[in-house]
Amino acid sequence: MWARIFALVIKEFLAILRDKASRMVLIGPPVIQLMVFGYAASFDLEHIPYAVLDQDGGAAARELVARFAGSPNFTEVARLTHQGQIAPLIDNREVLLVLRLDANFSRDLLATHAGNGPARVQVLIDGRNSNTASLALNDVTSILMRFNRDWAARHGQRGPPAELVVHAWFNPNLQSRWFIVPGIVALLTLVVTLLVTGLSVAREREMGTFDQLLVTPLRPHEILIGKAVPGFVIGLLEAGFIVLMAVLWFQVPFVGSPLALLLGLSLFLLAAIGIGLMISSLAVTQQQGLLGVFLFLVPAIILSGFATPIANMPEAVQALTYLNPMRYVLIIVRGVFLEGSTIRMLIPQYWPLALMALFSMGAATWLFRHRMG
Amino acid sequence: MSAKTELALVLAGVDKQFRQGKRSTQALTQLSVQVQRGRITGLMGPDGAGKTTLMRLAAALLHPDAGEVQVLGLDTRTQASLIQQQIGYMPQRFGLYEELSLRENLDLYADLQGLPDAERAARCAELLRLTALSPFAARRAGDLSGGMKQKLGLACTLLRAPTLLLLDEPTVGVDPISRRELWSIIQTLHGQGATVLVSTAYLDEAERCDDIILLDQGRCLAQQPPAAFTAPLAGHCWRVRHAGMHRRALQESLLTRPGVRDATLQAEGVRVLLAENPPQPAPDEDWQPQPPRFEDAFISLLSPPSTPGQPAPAMSTPSRDQRASDPVPRSSAVTVDGGMAPAPRAGSTQPPAATSSSEPVIEVQNLRRSFGSFEAVKDISFSVTRGEVFGLLGANGAGKTTTFRMLCGLLPASSGVLRVAGVDVRQATATARARIGYVAQKFALYGNLSTQQNLHFFASAYGLRGARRQARLAWAEQEFALTDYLGTNTGALPLGFKQRLALACALMHEPRILFLDEPTSGVDPLARRAFWRRINHLAESGVTIMVTTHFMDEAEYCDHLVLMSRGEVLAFGSPQAIRAQATTPDHPEPSMEDAFVQLIQTHESDSRQAA
Amino acid sequence: MNRQRLRGLIRKEFLQVLRDPSAIAIAFVLPVILLLLFGYGVSLDAREVPIAVVIDSPTPQTASFVAGLDYSPYFAPRYVATAAAASEALMAGQVSGILWLRGDFDRLLLTGRTAPIGVWLNAVDANHATLLRGYLEGVWQDWMLIQAETAGLALAMPVVAEPRIWFNPAVRSRDFLVPGLIAVIMTLIGALLTALVIAREWERGTMEALMASPVTMGEILLGKLIPYFLLGMGGLLLSVAMAVWLFQVPLVGSFWLLVLCSALFLLVALGMGLLISTLAKNQFVAGQVAIIVTFLPAFILSGFIFDIRSMPEAVQIITHLVAARFYVAILQTLFLAGNVWPLILTNAAALLLMMLIFLGITRAKSRKRLD
Repeated sequence: MWARIFALVIKEFLAILRDKASRMVLIGPPVIQLMVFGYAASFDLEHIPYAVLDQDGGAAARELVARFAGSPNFTEVARLTHQGQIAPLIDNREVLLVLRLDANFSRDLLATHAGNGPARVQVLIDGRNSNTASLALNDVTSILMRFNRDWAARHGQRGPPAELVVHAWFNPNLQSRWFIVPGIVALLTLVVTLLVTGLSVAREREMGTFDQLLVTPLRPHEILIGKAVPGFVIGLLEAGFIVLMAVLWFQVPFVGSPLALLLGLSLFLLAAIGIGLMISSLAVTQQQGLLGVFLFLVPAIILSGFATPIANMPEAVQALTYLNPMRYVLIIVRGVFLEGSTIRMLIPQYWPLALMALFSMGAATWLFRHRMG
Repeated sequence: MSAKTELALVLAGVDKQFRQGKRSTQALTQLSVQVQRGRITGLMGPDGAGKTTLMRLAAALLHPDAGEVQVLGLDTRTQASLIQQQIGYMPQRFGLYEELSLRENLDLYADLQGLPDAERAARCAELLRLTALSPFAARRAGDLSGGMKQKLGLACTLLRAPTLLLLDEPTVGVDPISRRELWSIIQTLHGQGATVLVSTAYLDEAERCDDIILLDQGRCLAQQPPAAFTAPLAGHCWRVRHAGMHRRALQESLLTRPGVRDATLQAEGVRVLLAENPPQPAPDEDWQPQPPRFEDAFISLLSPPSTPGQPAPAMSTPSRDQRASDPVPRSSAVTVDGGMAPAPRAGSTQPPAATSSSEPVIEVQNLRRSFGSFEAVKDISFSVTRGEVFGLLGANGAGKTTTFRMLCGLLPASSGVLRVAGVDVRQATATARARIGYVAQKFALYGNLSTQQNLHFFASAYGLRGARRQARLAWAEQEFALTDYLGTNTGALPLGFKQRLALACALMHEPRILFLDEPTSGVDPLARRAFWRRINHLAESGVTIMVTTHFMDEAEYCDHLVLMSRGEVLAFGSPQAIRAQATTPDHPEPSMEDAFVQLIQTHESDSRQAA
Repeated sequence: MNRQRLRGLIRKEFLQVLRDPSAIAIAFVLPVILLLLFGYGVSLDAREVPIAVVIDSPTPQTASFVAGLDYSPYFAPRYVATAAAASEALMAGQVSGILWLRGDFDRLLLTGRTAPIGVWLNAVDANHATLLRGYLEGVWQDWMLIQAETAGLALAMPVVAEPRIWFNPAVRSRDFLVPGLIAVIMTLIGALLTALVIAREWERGTMEALMASPVTMGEILLGKLIPYFLLGMGGLLLSVAMAVWLFQVPLVGSFWLLVLCSALFLLVALGMGLLISTLAKNQFVAGQVAIIVTFLPAFILSGFIFDIRSMPEAVQIITHLVAARFYVAILQTLFLAGNVWPLILTNAAALLLMMLIFLGITRAKSRKRLD
């Protein structure tokens, strides 16, 4: 039996790797996508383009405006002179926000000594991307807080009665890249695995070679193993490569146990391969196979917590994510990378993946023989 | 009318080369041929002779590398669209839209060919009548039988009554009845003044043409009327009978004699083509002169003359492409030939059925299979004994393929008993599969793996290991002369080699039963002869062969036949017995094809009446 | 261009679509399901985030601070006795953050010093953590204003920001995600509809029969483009209707401008599918290429979720290769901001250029020849 399976595995590898085009498909895009997405997929705002309409012009106003100019997070694009200039700038997305200090700004600010005020800075923000808007507003508030503290100290005012002292665990500088890049490990691994397995049975069916395989004494589970091993090996190699790149190139910390990651990725690969083969053997034609891959891939990624937190979803959709292998592997990968999770801590993530692998592989095996023209 | 416009198609000094990566193949070399208006011209030649390339050049779908192609006086390079408005071209795989109904396919091509709406109804009705497809106008094209599909493809190309009709192997994969119908349509068109260029692998169709172009390796060997091909062979053709000898044994014996260029089974005896006159009959042999046929001319022009003492055509009678590229000397092929089935030849003077045990290797009882409400196989029973060549014949859509797939374990039966090699296929499929070999109709090996990788894979898939594996691999390379192609991707192999490789893979584990699904469809006569000699040797060595075919002359090679029609077994017995069933006073000596056509037509009209 | 031939081809394509329901499924069922799943599922707005609250010694002061947390829609505070228990809950992922009011909170507050409020956030998801910090700062600021008024403490905030969030005052992330989703879904649909159709004609041998008829390559391509364009527009209108009525995204701009720009984008997506199909001539390769070049780039590089302005220069340049980028900008603007002509015209021009490039290459690569 092992000799037969070994031969199948060799055959599958050759079928995947002998063709130049399909070799390219497996190596080129993941590397390029890792590099591009690794940089692209980030929520961190750096150089927020903004404009200033300073209708006050006093020293305090100038000082406040200078604080924004001095911040690395902000890039001043324009200095405005009248109100009418604001709308076109924001509408055309030339600036993300406009700071408007009205003519009373200095007066109000000085009046705070007398317990009046406070002075107000209007922050007009493009809310088309509400996330960006919220983050930008956070940055504005931080600058204002620092300004307030300095102003209060300089003018002998009392500081704030209480103050938030925020500690960010696992990611002290709040870099979203640390969150996204480990996610890309899972994302690209899933895509590559589905590419290798998703159309493979449908193609053999269309070419007639699957019949030739079925008349040999090979049993369905042997065919399954033969088809699964190359996907597993290729997936694991690519995942390993991406993990290395994440650590060495993107400088994401890796604090957990490599063994826990290996176990998690292996279980995830098995589940993904099983699903790919299930889609593939369910499909009569390659077109159906392609449609099936998309129908699985797109929700699996969007509803995984890769970019948007699962906790933000409505209950019903959250329940659905329990069927998504990506959900578990993302927790595993991020846990191992950033939180230092151990195998023991990740058991609640391991067993659903193992269950999915078992079920999907079983279903695929059954479908090999029972799904016929 | 000038002499030039008398010609519908002119190829002058045409070269055509195909490049695929670093490999390039010369398809046509300095080819100059002409097709005259108002005639049916047949295009013949072995695989890889360049027939399809010529057709595509004439349809202005390819441009020649050198030389000129003129269609109806127009140059294909510059006036392609004018040409395509006047010709009808039916490619080898005519692409019908399977999801569309027959009528909708016709409508599409009527639109594409610019048939005015006013004429459409009348023209479609006429074509439907001509092709006898009217009752099926609403049926999905995908649900039509192979023969009907071909007729519909033909009708689609005929909508605007083309001046020149190009048909690329319209009769491949089509049963004899549909084949006759297609030809009667072609002849009707010819009667209406159409010019037809038709390529075909069926040599008996040559006799229906006015003119034949014989291509070989991209060159024209001859262009003349069929009679001119056969005339020189008058007196070279004989039918030999031997009272006490089985036909296949007699054929073997005749093939080894000097001067015998060809020997095929025909009716009760063996048809022989001699290099020279007169025959030298052995004792007990009865030699009757026969009129020469085109096939004889084809063999004598394309198969090299044999040297005395060597069988011709030998085991690995090369398809033409092999002779071009395969340096294996022919003598080695002979030793291989001997090595393959040394023992049985002594005993082969008797029918193999008698030498083997009478215990059935394949047993089919009350087998049924339905797809939804459609019953593809209705309660059939037959059995096959060891060492037999067993043929499964029938019209397109008779249920052959369904039966075949059930026997191989590829399709579960709805009900009935299925025993193959002593094992119930419905229970122990894997055990049964280890004892069978299967060659699919379509080339079905891994195209982007090399020949050697395919061989190794199938050796392992069948569980061969150690010394036996080495021995079988060596045997396959030797026996099928694959050594030169070991590193080649099988997708790029010449057709003849693909077929050999498929057979080698199926025989790797020395199966007790070999299943062949239309193994010779689209294969040229030379390769078919070689193929059948191989099959005969296998049968003599005790392998049971189960085969489906549309070539009725091949049915003669079978020991027993099952003739299926509409999911039922219509006739079962030896070829002689089946022919006898169709014998009538008008037809004292029907050929296998005559018998096939008559039995099926009678049955279908009976069942139609009953319904 | 011959009208009769084109009519025949279009009718054929429609019939094929009708008989093989998978194309209808792609055009109509897929957008509905995807939009439903994602419209409800994809949100960046945190609501009722579990947060552990540790209060060493409860006093009216701490109660007033915590009341702000209770009142906030963003938080679901859980009161924990000890800091150690809170930290355990954070490690186990039961809460997203810890807020710790120490025993000296009251004393420092009343003696006029600044009392520290300890906050620990699980920052694995940095974006989430940043947003949480913002929400907490909001709670804190409100508390101080109330303190200043009621307790008569001096106001310690000389300057406060007065945010005016244009186009999306409620800061609903769904309002920008749903229009973006339409772009991602249309990319998928456009490519899925056409990526295989030409390759399929080659594999089934129908292409050769078509080519030998008087039909021109332009007609064959148009015969593919028009039916799938109509199907795609149907799917698009469905998506827009769902966005407006189901997800209550306001459509501020002109509906017809939206249709026009969408038509342009659909042509780009279909053109890309046709190009893949034409170049591949083989369904397997066409399928693999379609998977790689459509979904992930449209998901990550279009600005649908990750703001293009936060990407490094080099990556920003690369995003110009992704048609969805221009369409997302148009959609977000038309839905939320209105007819901002300069922005819409530049992005539409980019789409037009891409369409011409894709269709032009497709046309140039499909010659009516077999070699």
